[in-house]
Amino acid sequence: MFEGISQGIRGALSFIDRGRLTEGNIREGLRQVRQALLEADVHYDVATAFITRVTEQAVGDRVLKSLRPSEHIIGIVYQELALLMGGPANDSSLHLKRDGVTVVMMCGLQGSGKTTTCGKLAHMLRSRGVAPMLVAADLQRPAAIEQLKILGQQIGVPVYSEDPAQSSPVRVCRNALKEAKKAGDIRVLILDTAGRLHVDDALMRELIEIDNRCQPDQALLVCDAMTGQDAVNSARAFNEALELDGVILTKLDGDTRGGAALSVKAVTGVPIKFVGVGEQIDKLQEFHPERMADRILGMGDIRTLVEDAQRKFDEDEMRRAQEQLEKGEFTLDDFQKQMRQIKKLGSMGEIMKMIPGLGAVAEKMADMNPDQDLRQIDGMIGSMTAEERRNPRIIDRSRRNRIAQGSGTDPADVHKLLKDFDAMSGMMQKMAGMNMRQRMQAVKGMAEGGMLDPGAQLRKEKQRSKRGPMDVVKVREDRKKKRKEAKKQRKKNRR
Amino acid sequence: MALFDKLKGALSKTKTLLRTDVRDLFRSGEILDESRLAVFEKALIESDMGVAAADSIISELREQHGGRTVQIDAVWGTVKTQLRALLAGEGEARFDAADPLSPLQMAAGGPTVILVAGVNGVGKTTSIAKLAHFLQKNGRSVLLAAGDTFRAAAVEQLTLWSQRLGCEIVTKPQGSDPASVAYAGCERAAEAGIDCCIVDTAGRLQTHKNLMEELGKIRRVIEKRVPGAPQERLLVLDATTGQNGISQASSFSEAIDCTGIILAKLDGTAKGGVVVAIRQKMGMPVKYVGVGEKIDDLQVFDPDDFVEALFTT
Repeated sequence: MFEGISQGIRGALSFIDRGRLTEGNIREGLRQVRQALLEADVHYDVATAFITRVTEQAVGDRVLKSLRPSEHIIGIVYQELALLMGGPANDSSLHLKRDGVTVVMMCGLQGSGKTTTCGKLAHMLRSRGVAPMLVAADLQRPAAIEQLKILGQQIGVPVYSEDPAQSSPVRVCRNALKEAKKAGDIRVLILDTAGRLHVDDALMRELIEIDNRCQPDQALLVCDAMTGQDAVNSARAFNEALELDGVILTKLDGDTRGGAALSVKAVTGVPIKFVGVGEQIDKLQEFHPERMADRILGMGDIRTLVEDAQRKFDEDEMRRAQEQLEKGEFTLDDFQKQMRQIKKLGSMGEIMKMIPGLGAVAEKMADMNPDQDLRQIDGMIGSMTAEERRNPRIIDRSRRNRIAQGSGTDPADVHKLLKDFDAMSGMMQKMAGMNMRQRMQAVKGMAEGGMLDPGAQLRKEKQRSKRGPMDVVKVREDRKKKRKEAKKQRKKNRR
Repeated sequence: MALFDKLKGALSKTKTLLRTDVRDLFRSGEILDESRLAVFEKALIESDMGVAAADSIISELREQHGGRTVQIDAVWGTVKTQLRALLAGEGEARFDAADPLSPLQMAAGGPTVILVAGVNGVGKTTSIAKLAHFLQKNGRSVLLAAGDTFRAAAVEQLTLWSQRLGCEIVTKPQGSDPASVAYAGCERAAEAGIDCCIVDTAGRLQTHKNLMEELGKIRRVIEKRVPGAPQERLLVLDATTGQNGISQASSFSEAIDCTGIILAKLDGTAKGGVVVAIRQKMGMPVKYVGVGEKIDDLQVFDPDDFVEALFTT
């Protein structure tokens, strides 16, 4: 997410690395930053105001005469970006009531992802020990109620609905509130309203009526991150009608540059609370402006990664692995388990982008598929006997062939895995004795030393050539021939 | 002309936005200077047409009228010509409004298969219903294939539409292979002698590589059953989409070589200007526009009307 905008900004900012900084070239560079923002769907006024603010601060004497003007400028851009998205005081809490039912109303344009987001939010609340209830108040779209019911079933959350022919959205919401209060243990009621255009007066009035009659504690706007300049118009209209408490941005997992995200907050002043980053039910994250600014400027987002890891990793499992490591008994079995833990965080590409300094590596790997490699490794380890996993040294050629056959790989792949594992377990043992800081440094050293160079470790994706697969022997022979000929030629020239 | 009015109505917001800002801006007799051009640029950018397209219009204006007194008609003339040139692109993008089916390539014999794709929530299913109604109105029999087997209740949504339209539908349970639904749909259409088979697909973000490959597979499987099909591969684009629309168009084209765009949700305040950028960069034409929530609200796209409706009162 935000790759496009970050590439554009980084590209435009690259001027500060070239030669001396003058007021002239700072202005020119910032003009390009503005272009990048506009291409990323940031609203025209927001982009212009942003650049004016940055320019004001960047061309002053304080920057030019500072020790490191280039870092100073990046610092200014970073600060302004974070401020634009909400600043350090960004409020991503739902303000749940201590007791009683908190009512959360979701609204937005058609197709912005309201129903899916309702499901994700309910899932998030439930996993934090708060009991939610979903309300199908979308009586317009065919089968919207069924969709919410199915979602509710999947995540085990009750869904309140009525027959659309004999009810109205307002009535559904009011009855649902009564129902929730009666049930006793429900703490959050999530109203899934129908999608509507912000210029449709009748439907907007209906929304206001729900707002008046049910008094939701939180009115959240669901906004498609791919929206263009119009995002601002609709957000403004919804905010005027309802006094929004927050915005949820959806579909940030595409290659959208997310400029709408930057604009909505700046124009309406409503904080962005959550972002949807995938189709799966658990792909909803809290929004942190500073972390997002980190990501946009390619500084990674280690905090989200660590939090994610803490939530998703099995703690006992990790502790056990750590002990094994310290004892120097890290086996393939442990390796497989660790790998599966990491997989819970998402795809390798996603993870790498969050680690500072590895974002560029992830970009290099765009046409490779590390996840497939991981799956293959998983398969290979799965095809080994318990004894082999404990003690990979016993794997001879015949065992190797059997493993390859069992996992549908090449014996050479198995060999490579064993070699890599050998090197790695040695390193890990060394690292087990270090503290966190030293460990991070070691990993960084590896990255710089080419250990994590994608070309060295991972295979290119299979290429289907029209000539059919390359014959290794033939290629070797061809090269030999060419060398011979070159040698002959050299001899000839000497004479 | 009814069609023209409808489109104009849908675009009236755009028009007022452009006109109100711009009429104050370009007053006959005044000098066209940079500050005025900057405000006009803002208006163009706000239509989502992209920096490149807006720049080309602005620079044309600057070249022809910059620093001179404004001749209002001449200025508008330049803007319109430039915009039309951008929209026309290479190749033919003009469809006969009198023949509503002219944008579609129909098969000579056997069923015509129309594959509809797009990202999540752009209005694929609704557009399919409208298109089916459109075809029925023009005397073609239609069969729907509910290829969205991923999203909860998507099949039910299309089934409800098919009941309202009174057309046949081929479905499979949620989670089945969408390509097999498409195949079954084509088979049924061929057997029953139905004219058009419209294949729905699940919404997918263009960055999800395997989902895009799945789309390619659906196309191949259809071709296996009905040679030469799917004759039409339409991308549904939300008019509110910004510059990401370009990425959508290019990725979906890579997967299924799209033949055209249905521009949906043009009834809001969004302008769908991104189609200008798409036309400019990839030459993909807009074939239909969705201008409302009712089943009749689908129109053949006419670039002249599009531009005209933008700039006439």
